[in-house]
Amino acid sequence: NANEAAAAAMLAASVHYPIRGAVTFKGPVGVNVASDALANLSSSGVNGGALIILGEDYGEGSSIMQERSHAFAMKSQFWLLDPRPNLTSITKAVADGFELSEASNSPVMLMVRIRSCHVTGSFATKDNVRPKLSVKDALSAPQSDFARVVLPPMSYVHEQDKIKNRWPAAEKFIVERKLNEVFGPKQAPVGLVIQGGMYNGVIRALQRLGLADIYGASSVPLYVLNVTYPLVSSEFLAFCAGKEAILVVEEGQPEFIEQQLTTYLYRAGSTVKLHGKGILPMAGEYTGQVMLDGLTAFLRQAAPDMLPAMVRAPNQDRPKVPDLSKTVPIRPPGFCTGCPERPIFAAMKLVQKQTGKLQISADIGCHLFGSLPPFEIGGATMGYGLGPAANAAFDGGGERRSISIIGDGGFWHNGLSSSFGNMAFNKSDSVAVIVDNYYSAATGGQDVMSSRADNATKATKHPISKALKGIGIDWVRQVDRTYDVGHMRDVLLEALTTKTPGPKVIVASSECMLNKQRREKPLAAAAIKEGRRVEAPRFGVDEEICTGDHACMRLSGCPSLGLKVLDDPLRDDPVATIDQSCVGCGNCGEVADAAVLCPSFYRADVVHNPSPFEVRFAAFRARVIGWLQARRDRRRLVFEGAA
Amino acid sequence: MKDMAQPMDPKLSQVIKLAVLAVGGQGGGVLTGWIEDVARACGYAAQATSVAGVSQRTGATVYYLEMAPASDGVPIFSLMPAAGDVDIMIAAEMMEAGRAMIRGFVTERTTLIASTHRALAVSEKMEPGNGIANSDEVMAAAGLLAKRFIAADFEALAVANGSVISASLFGALAGSGALPFPKAAFEAAIARGGKGIAGSLRAFAASFDAASGTVEAKAVAAKPASVKSGPMMVKGPVRMVVEWHRLRDLAGTLPAPVAEMALLGLKKVVEFQDLAYGAAYLARVQDVLGRDDASRGFALSVQAAKYIANAMCYDDVIRVADLKTRGPRALRIAKEMGLAEGNLMHLTEFMHPRAEEIVGMFPAGLGQKVQDNPVWMARLERWFGKGRRLRTDGLLAFATLYVLGGLKFWRPRTVRHLQEVAHLEAWMSTALAYLPQYDLAVEVVKCQRLVKGYSDTHARGLSKFDRVLTAAKRVAGRDDAAEWVRRLRDAALKDEEGKALDGAITTIRSFT
Repeated sequence: NANEAAAAAMLAASVHYPIRGAVTFKGPVGVNVASDALANLSSSGVNGGALIILGEDYGEGSSIMQERSHAFAMKSQFWLLDPRPNLTSITKAVADGFELSEASNSPVMLMVRIRSCHVTGSFATKDNVRPKLSVKDALSAPQSDFARVVLPPMSYVHEQDKIKNRWPAAEKFIVERKLNEVFGPKQAPVGLVIQGGMYNGVIRALQRLGLADIYGASSVPLYVLNVTYPLVSSEFLAFCAGKEAILVVEEGQPEFIEQQLTTYLYRAGSTVKLHGKGILPMAGEYTGQVMLDGLTAFLRQAAPDMLPAMVRAPNQDRPKVPDLSKTVPIRPPGFCTGCPERPIFAAMKLVQKQTGKLQISADIGCHLFGSLPPFEIGGATMGYGLGPAANAAFDGGGERRSISIIGDGGFWHNGLSSSFGNMAFNKSDSVAVIVDNYYSAATGGQDVMSSRADNATKATKHPISKALKGIGIDWVRQVDRTYDVGHMRDVLLEALTTKTPGPKVIVASSECMLNKQRREKPLAAAAIKEGRRVEAPRFGVDEEICTGDHACMRLSGCPSLGLKVLDDPLRDDPVATIDQSCVGCGNCGEVADAAVLCPSFYRADVVHNPSPFEVRFAAFRARVIGWLQARRDRRRLVFEGAA
Repeated sequence: MKDMAQPMDPKLSQVIKLAVLAVGGQGGGVLTGWIEDVARACGYAAQATSVAGVSQRTGATVYYLEMAPASDGVPIFSLMPAAGDVDIMIAAEMMEAGRAMIRGFVTERTTLIASTHRALAVSEKMEPGNGIANSDEVMAAAGLLAKRFIAADFEALAVANGSVISASLFGALAGSGALPFPKAAFEAAIARGGKGIAGSLRAFAASFDAASGTVEAKAVAAKPASVKSGPMMVKGPVRMVVEWHRLRDLAGTLPAPVAEMALLGLKKVVEFQDLAYGAAYLARVQDVLGRDDASRGFALSVQAAKYIANAMCYDDVIRVADLKTRGPRALRIAKEMGLAEGNLMHLTEFMHPRAEEIVGMFPAGLGQKVQDNPVWMARLERWFGKGRRLRTDGLLAFATLYVLGGLKFWRPRTVRHLQEVAHLEAWMSTALAYLPQYDLAVEVVKCQRLVKGYSDTHARGLSKFDRVLTAAKRVAGRDDAAEWVRRLRDAALKDEEGKALDGAITTIRSFT
């Protein structure tokens, strides 16, 4: 199930049966959506191992707000693994996670960061093991026990069970199985307590300080928390014994781990000095430089003798780095070449030129790039499937209707009920645009209910418009070629001005170009090879007609539409140019027409393997055209090399 | 406490840290895979990471590799590049090289391999003027910061060899010698990759040579140098050729800097209309020259020669139709599209004439009347104002444009022509009236740059032009008047709506 809440609910199979289950999504957005099911699962407790694998991608490339799933582990009392970022440790953590879950009757979260998700390496495999109880067996002998249902008074019993039985069982497992690791010398004045995921970064900083070798053998003791929740007090205090100071390396905020460990030290009456946030920054990614600076600062303060002389008394004379920050433009992600969503936003920009600025809310998906220049359409995104819901406050009464945008993925994720169900129920006088690109495109082109593809294991080809009709939304306009910017604009204008009461919904459908190209390019190449007739479109610009005003750019932003500086002293501004990556989607021509821009665009369709008749007819036309051109050229001055 | 600092593990110096900064879609993942493959094949332990997701969608993205000679132990590699700790930095685009430097990945230990081509960011393309970021600054910084700087247009090298930039950058990496692996090992990695091998190997070889031939700071890419002022060969009826030579020689008699620009302008206006129009152009330039100042290098006349030509070659239906029906155009497009022998090409033009363009071709008196009559304008818009897709490889559409393009004889009588002449004369007399404030006059002449585009864009350009010239009046007489007009013009070219221009005008109002 692609809905995190529904996927997490599926783990209910592990409540009564010794069946293992795992789900995976992003934290915290996925965890937020799934939290209802996860809270109930944690209360009921599990019999079979239940694992939630989280991508918590701090840092560049992260498409989510920086919040920590750690808080969910704390509030619902399930356990959080944060293994060292290498394949051996990560795969071991999967096995450990299932067993920990079973040993403590609690679900377990396994967290990986974005780079460890894509890190390469090797690990030793183990043979698959057939489950003790299959789903089929379970279905043949169903079980239920009302004591596991989250209803008072049982839920109060669950809470006591969490604290009195499950937690101690988890701690026991963690200690006995040595899930956390200790590296480095037994005796040292200082030590580092680190999240497992920080291990490689910490080692690199130690290597740069001459305190670790290439294999990670460290002169500073390390207590590596492969389990970041719960924190085992006895293990931690044993690590601290004999040390003067420790540094907690904990990425993200608030500093849950640091607070907990401080409490442990205080309660134990310890005199060990604990450092953490302050020496390291409270917020933001712990990059190589941050880590190096943090460890250096800690050691300088707590154990200056450990630092190499060069670091102790820095005397560096680096060349001054020229400031390029004003030169280098930012490069956020945007629509791909030929994206069918570009013309939708071009049309919306044209609409706003007529109507004035509109209240527009956005959703999650590729279409959120419409909020960036050159379109700057949509000012809020509240969650997957919540685009129209986020505009519910603006459901009528204004001078102009509000517009909300949602993708087909978001529509099926939960938009149908939470956004459109409520639009219909509340008789919302607003407009919603459903961007239907045939896939869950932003995540790589998986099928959704309304996908056009045949899928052996999934039910596809269920039109969105049919679902809308089913919940009582009658004003639905289906646009089957989003590239028709003029039509798209007119439909939007109609939706904004029609007297029909209730929700106005536009389903704008065209296939994701990335997926289309992947599918069609090899087919076209094969067809050309086989001698079949194929038309390949591509756009171009007459550079003498282009005046370099870049109006087209402000309605496109296509990667294949660039600028070219002309070798002509009479011209000041670079002109538009289209490179060979153009897929001939048509947006340029449509925009030039709909926005009445300029006549410099042309489309060239190369006809591969034309029919003999076509060839003869084309030759005839070329002769007539050539004759006319020659006729005119005989009567005027023609400059050599002029095109 | 005993001193625990130890000498650096000598094995650590064998770790090679390599980062790739690319724009999504450039094949950074493929490149990373090849490098990892070479390293492993050559007995190295290697680890690669990436930040996938944004990469596909045109954003800037980082790939990172570490490698070290394999041994019994498992080396601990970092998952991300650290400032000041990168040995080889590959930037797949010029501004990404700049970004690598901003992030501190290029230092005195770094071999920087950068492609000098530009994939423009949206912010650069949106500006109505020239918003393209300055590559020279990045080049200069790279020369200053990097241990070695290898720069070439690896995109062009790839395309010329029927491949993509990942292959040419791989070749540059091999050619740089920064990795201790033989050339054959790199080629073997490409061969193992399985897709587009022949093209990849060609691009690899070309870039290998380019990179191995380059020495320190051999960076500066060849600039487009030639100016289109060659001998200018012409063909045509004898009397026309004779007249052209007369005009050309007349332009040649102007002071050198003016002559160069005037010759280009002369060609442009003659192509736009005819030889008589060319003579009129030269007369206008000579008028300006008569009031110019040799001690200022005839800057005023040079700019006048440039912008008068541009103003005289306004973009009307006749010009567009003429350019779209010229002989060499179809050949040029066929070449651009890589039209192979035996294939055909269809050409579709996207035109959207409005009532304004139609009336523009009316004779002056009637045209003016219709333009002033909203009812008629609306009617014409209804009749003609719609998008037209014209197949100019077809006879009907071609003939239509051919006839329109042949209406030059009619042009001088049109209302559009009269309006353009009026604009030109008003603008030039305004500029010249500022003399002897020489710099101010030059800047006002340059303001013609604001008038460009078609339909709404053109109207907006004209309105910006008017606003700048009105504001120029307010600052006239001040020592910094020219500077202010230059600032106003730059501001007008910053954004479409003219927000920056409004800001600049408000500033001027605050002190005048």
